[in-house]
This record gives sequence, C-alpha cells and structure tokens, in this order.
Amino acid sequence: MKRIAAFLARRIVKSILVLFMIALFNFFLVRAAPGDPAEILAGQSGAADAEYIQKLRQDFGLDQPIPVQLMSYLKHIAVFDLGYSHRQQAPVATLILNQLPATLLLALTSFAFALLAGVALGIQAALRVGKWGDTVITTIAMLAYATPLFWVGLMLVLVFSVQLQWLPAFGYESVGTALTGFARVIDIARHLMLPAVTLGLFYMAVYTRLTRASMLEIRQLDFVKTARAKGLSERTVITRHVLRNALLPVITYAGIQAGHLIGGALLVETVFGWPGIGRLAFDALVQRDYSVLLGVFFMASIVVVVVNLITDILYTVADPRIELK
Amino acid sequence: MPLFNHARRAIVKCAFAVAAATILSPSVHAAETPQYGGVLTAILHPEPPSLNPAVQQVAGTQMVGSKIFESLLTYSFDLKPMPGLAKSWEVSDDKLTYTFHLQTGVTWHDGKPFSADDVVFTYEKVLSKTPRTRGLMENVASLTAPDANTVVFKLKTPYSAFLYAFDIGGGAILPKHLYDVDTPVAQNPANNQPVGTGPFKFKRWERGAYVELVKNENYWKKDRPYLDGITYRVIPDSASRRLAIEQGTVMQAWLQDLEPVDVPRVAKLPNMVYTNKGYEYWSTMQWIEMNNARAPFNDKRFRQALMYAINRKFIAEKIMFGQGVVATGPIHHNTRFYDGNVKKYDYDPKKAIALLDEMGLKPNADGVRATVSMIPLPYGEMPRRMAEYIKQNLSKVGVAVNLESTDVGGWVSRVGAWDYDMAGNGVFQYGDPAIGVSRTYMSSNIHKGVMFSNTAQYDNPKVDELFTKAATAGDDAERQKYYSEVQRILVEDVPLLWIADTNYGTVLNKRVHDAITTGLGVVGNYSDAWLSKE
Repeated sequence: MKRIAAFLARRIVKSILVLFMIALFNFFLVRAAPGDPAEILAGQSGAADAEYIQKLRQDFGLDQPIPVQLMSYLKHIAVFDLGYSHRQQAPVATLILNQLPATLLLALTSFAFALLAGVALGIQAALRVGKWGDTVITTIAMLAYATPLFWVGLMLVLVFSVQLQWLPAFGYESVGTALTGFARVIDIARHLMLPAVTLGLFYMAVYTRLTRASMLEIRQLDFVKTARAKGLSERTVITRHVLRNALLPVITYAGIQAGHLIGGALLVETVFGWPGIGRLAFDALVQRDYSVLLGVFFMASIVVVVVNLITDILYTVADPRIELK
Repeated sequence: MPLFNHARRAIVKCAFAVAAATILSPSVHAAETPQYGGVLTAILHPEPPSLNPAVQQVAGTQMVGSKIFESLLTYSFDLKPMPGLAKSWEVSDDKLTYTFHLQTGVTWHDGKPFSADDVVFTYEKVLSKTPRTRGLMENVASLTAPDANTVVFKLKTPYSAFLYAFDIGGGAILPKHLYDVDTPVAQNPANNQPVGTGPFKFKRWERGAYVELVKNENYWKKDRPYLDGITYRVIPDSASRRLAIEQGTVMQAWLQDLEPVDVPRVAKLPNMVYTNKGYEYWSTMQWIEMNNARAPFNDKRFRQALMYAINRKFIAEKIMFGQGVVATGPIHHNTRFYDGNVKKYDYDPKKAIALLDEMGLKPNADGVRATVSMIPLPYGEMPRRMAEYIKQNLSKVGVAVNLESTDVGGWVSRVGAWDYDMAGNGVFQYGDPAIGVSRTYMSSNIHKGVMFSNTAQYDNPKVDELFTKAATAGDDAERQKYYSEVQRILVEDVPLLWIADTNYGTVLNKRVHDAITTGLGVVGNYSDAWLSKE
C-alpha cells in the first residue's frame, strides 16, 4: 500500500508538470491559427466595421499583449478557472460541464461495448481457431477495423433508422416529450445505441484480434500444459491461466483507446448530433473561441493523464509480477 | 414492404393534391383554413452564439430571435415596408422626419407593458453600437417619443434607404426595464433568458441539441399565433440534416442547411414543398473578389478577360444546382433598382485570350500567361467545387490558379488584410443598394483589416459620386437613374467577378402552411404559420 502511495505521489507531480507544458503549448497552438474570434464574429454577421471589431477585441481581452494574456491564462488555470467564453457569453466551465456528461456517457458506453464484445469475440475465435466460427469473427473484425467511422455511422442510420425505423437517427433524447424517470433513461439509451456502436466498432475489432492472437500464443506455453497436466478443467485453464495473461496487451490498448475516445467522439457527435464536448471543441475551433478550446484541451489532457495512471495500476492487478515504479 | 406502402400512399396523396389544386383554386393552401396547435420543428445550423438579434446578427440568431423579438417594420416579397411593431408611419416632405405609430396593447413576455420608451432606449443605447445600425444612427439628429405610442426620428441629411433598415437584424427592440443597467448589453443575463414582444416565448436552450419556443398567449395580434411552439434542432452533419427532413423529424430546412446537390432531390419528395421566396431582403451573391490594387488585377482588361473565361452558366446549373442564376452585375435581380440592361459577359474564352494578348500577357513554354492564387469561400462543399471549376476554366486561357483553402478564420483575416489575389465572397444586400451594395464599391469604405468593406480596393470617383447621389435622392425615379448608370459603369469595370445571384430555397414539410409570408422568409415572425394534421 505504501508503495502505491509513493508511486501515486511521484506520478502526480510528474502529471502536473506535463499538464503545465500542455497548457503552455496549447496556448500558442490555438493562437497560431489565422484570424481571431472578433474577426470571425464580425465575419459571420455579414457586416463589420473597424470600431465594432476593436470593441469586440477589447471585450474579449485580445487587445492585451500576448505575454499578458499568457500570464493571465496560466494564473487562472492554476486554480482550475477555465475562463469565460465571450462568444457564447457563458463561463467555459459551465459550457464544458453542460456537455461533458453526454460525452462521458457516449465514451464509456462505447468503451465498455468495445472491450466486452471485443474480448468475448476474441476468446470465441481463439477457441474455434481454423473453424468457420473463427473465420466469421475475424472477417467481422477485419471489416470493422478497415471501415471509416463516419461511413459506419451513416450506414447504421440508413439501416436502423431509415429502413427499419427501430432507432432514432440523431440527437440525445426526444425533444418536447418531457419524459421523466425510467422512460427517459430508455429514451436516452435508444438514442445512445447507434453512436456508441459506431464509436466502439473499431476498437472492438482491435480487441478481438489482440485477444485472439495472444490467447493462441499463450495457449502454447509450458505453464498452460502444466495446468492441463495437473487436471484443471478446460474452463479454469482458459479463464485463470490463458485469458488473464492474454489480457495484458488488451489493457495497454484500452489505455490508448481512452485517449482517442474524445477525438473519435468528435466525429461521431457530428454525425449523430450528439451534444458533447467534441462538438463544443470543434465549433470553438472554427470560431477561434480560444477560451473554450483551451478549456476542452485542458480537460481532455487531465482525462488522458488520469486514465494512464489507472492503466498502470490495472497492470499490477492483472499481473502481480509487474511492479509500480 | 413498409417502403412500398409509403410510396403508394404518397402517390395517392400527391394525385389527390393535384386534383384538388386543379378543381379548387390555383393555390392548394389558400383553400384550407388555418388550424391551431402543433409544434413546428426546424433545422438550426450552425448553432448561433446568442438568440438576441440586437447583440449578434448571425443567421441563426436572426431566425430564432425573430420569433421572440420584433422590430418596427418588415418587408414584403417585393420589398415594400410592412407593419411590425409600428402599425403605420409617415415621412415628412423634406424627407428628414420619420414618424412611427406603434401597435397598441403590446406587452413584454414578462408582463410589463411595451412603449415608445423601449424603442428610443434600444436605438440610443444598443443598436447605435452595432455594425448594422451604427452608420444609420450617426445620421439621426434626434430620436424622441412624444407619447407612449409614437416614435420620431429626425435625420441630419436625407437618406432614401432609411425605411429599409428596420428589419429584425438591424432593429430588434429590447425591453428597457431589463437592459437599462450597468452591465454591457452583450453580457446581460437577460440574453440567456430572452424577453421580447414576439409571438413566441423562449422556453429553453440545450446547447448543442435544441432551442424550444412556446406560444405567447398574450401576443398583441388577436388570435395569433396558431402554433403551440417551435423547436429548432441543432444537427451538425449535412447528411443527417437531409435524413431528418426526409423522415419528417424536422419540417424546415433553409439557406445552406442542405448541400445544393441534395436540394433538387429532396425538393421533389412527395411530402415536401419547395419555395425560392423569402430571400428577397437578403439577396446575397456569389462573387470572386479580385485584389484591384495588385497586378495584373489592376488592369481592367485582365478582369474582363477572367469574366469571359468563366462558364458561369455551368456553375449556376451544375455546381449550384439552380441555387443560383448567372449574375448580370453588382445588384441582385431581387434587390431594388436592379437594372439588367448592361454589357453581357457570355462565356467566350476567345475574347478572354484576345484581351490577354492585347495586354501583352504572352504564354510561356507551358502556356501560362499569369499565375494567381485563390481562396475559396469557406462555407460548405459547393464554393470549393466552384473554385476548382474556375481554376479549370482559367487554365484554358493561360491563367494558372493556385487554390489556397482555409477555414472561416483564415479567410476573414486574409481577405480583410488584403493578403490575397482572388477570394470567394458575397454579402447581404438588405433590400436597398444604399445599404447593402454601395459598401462594396465606394472608396470611402476601403478599410484595411475590416472584412466586408471594399476589400477589392476598387476606387472610382464617378462611382462614389453616383452612389452618394442615389442615397440622398428624393424619389425612386431619380434613384433608379443613378443606380442604372452606376451598374453600367461597374459592369464595364468588373471590380469583382460576379458569378451568380443566389437563388436559395426553403424546403418545408407539406404540413407547414403560411410560414414564408415576407421577403425575410424564415426570419419572419411565424405568427400566421400553422400545421395541418398528419
């Protein structure tokens, strides 16, 4: 336990440094794009004059020199104050917190779907290696692996919303129905299904292939033969000995997927009109809404750092020989 | 099976509608009586930053804001002023005094009474600071409210387009009791819970998902609105938007909600009505701006050559899919004082080559006479395809084009800073050339760093003079004379490559009636709109 505490302390210090560097980098990155929020707002209004743009820049705090803007940004970020979006006229934290639940719901559901379905399919394929069941599963995995996300999304919509009319094509919940309680949960779940599957399909394929490959590899190893020789049931051999060892690469990949989820969510949120922070970030990018963009980047980097930490701890659970350093 | 049934039902319905139309009257809708109830759903894309049209003038803000807020006037399809919050108005003989008589019995959504004080406050404290209305207010000597139902504008100099600046985007009236505070208007918390006088009240806005408006039971116009509410749904993906309108999840798509390539197909569906009406007030154009200060664009012959070299008919028909018609000059054919009797630039590469030869621009070994760059308009797919096609057109006459695609931010900042050779552009004309056309060509509006000013840097004293005279002239016949002349000069000079007058359309579900009733289209107040039963 003490070891874990020391490990955590070291990692947290490192993480804070990393986050600081990310914040610094992001600050310059978003300003490297041409145009600023004042120009864009004026541009979208279809009418502009110098005085109006100047006034907007003052309101947005963009008339200050860059070092002053940077210092003010870092000072605020140090106390987790993400600032104010002048374009949307709301605090950035409020905007993010409003849309974060939708993204988390989507990301976690698709993560769970990818992991459970992927590992289950991988095990089944490994157990039937060379037979037709294996061929079917690996073909599905290959297809899911090779098809672009947005196309899968549109095809699912065509089949399940347009032709079969089973599931809604877009949105987070039915508008104007004022559902409550369990009925609302069902409603959201129906809306969630297509985007979550779309987002999870690629990683499901990855996990299927990883699980299958490493199960096949580990099944040949001596300790598995020993386990069989000492008379353990096939079920115990597979779950306790083979699967547990085969899961290590899957965990590594799951850590990577967690980082990718927000990027993937952007695309899926666009196709399915899902009101998450991926959309928020994309709109903010197009509109050069610096404070929102920086806020989302910062939140995303926190998520990735935390997930990496959890991944490292999970390794030791799956394989106690790995030590936390 | 369900698909087949659908189609058969649709055919039967369609046949019935045709029969009804032939028997009853030329208009199917006129024969039906309006019904109360129902919620209209419409696409909202892109999601606007605010719903207050006195703070921001983005298209989405105006579409939603026009149901909540009202302005003094609105405009008919043929661009005549129509009553809004003002029920009548008079202009003095010297064209300096405009008196507006306001509607009576108007209350704000929070129950407080509306009065002329609100109008005076909004114009003096809020609108006089917006880019749309600041210039107008600088010409106002005094603005007074002699009684609770009358507002009087006294001008410094006559301005003949004055009555055309009172639309919702230029003149939304805000409640004084909520905005007469120290907080700047843009940061006022009332913006997130807008209170207006319009036929619909704000209920909620789930960012990224939808905006919900409900019927204003105390609307000043008796027995209106018909609808129980309007829900605007944010659908970021264009394929999803098309699906949503096809399925009937939403009932209205306008402007660029659908990709031009999809519009003809969706418009033909049996459950859809398609109309080009309702864009008269905006009347935007698609043009390619040229940096007139740079060689070779500083030579009139080069600009004319490009005009001859571009097959604009092909663009209008095959790239814009009828969402545009070939432009004849600087004024959109729906805008007031349009004159099509000008020099024509039919597609003619030979003429273009002759002009380039005359300039002495000889082709080099690769057949290239000049190399220029072009920034496509960064809104949607269509402008990019248009730019690619123009590149091909121009290469045939020896002008090589490098396309430099960028996003809205890059485009605004580069064109504004004159850092471009050619760039896609186009602005709203707001009904009257004095408001929406002259700004693009007058030398007094050459401002570096300001988008939508005279960024081509075209400078012609004669044009300045004609536009100025037209803006202050007393009657329309006199104005027409000046505008006709200025159109002929500009078309000869070709400061910009006018590609097309946009001819946008609105796709409405068949259930929607009387929604598009003014020259502002879906930016109308929808108090007369109604839904027939499913």
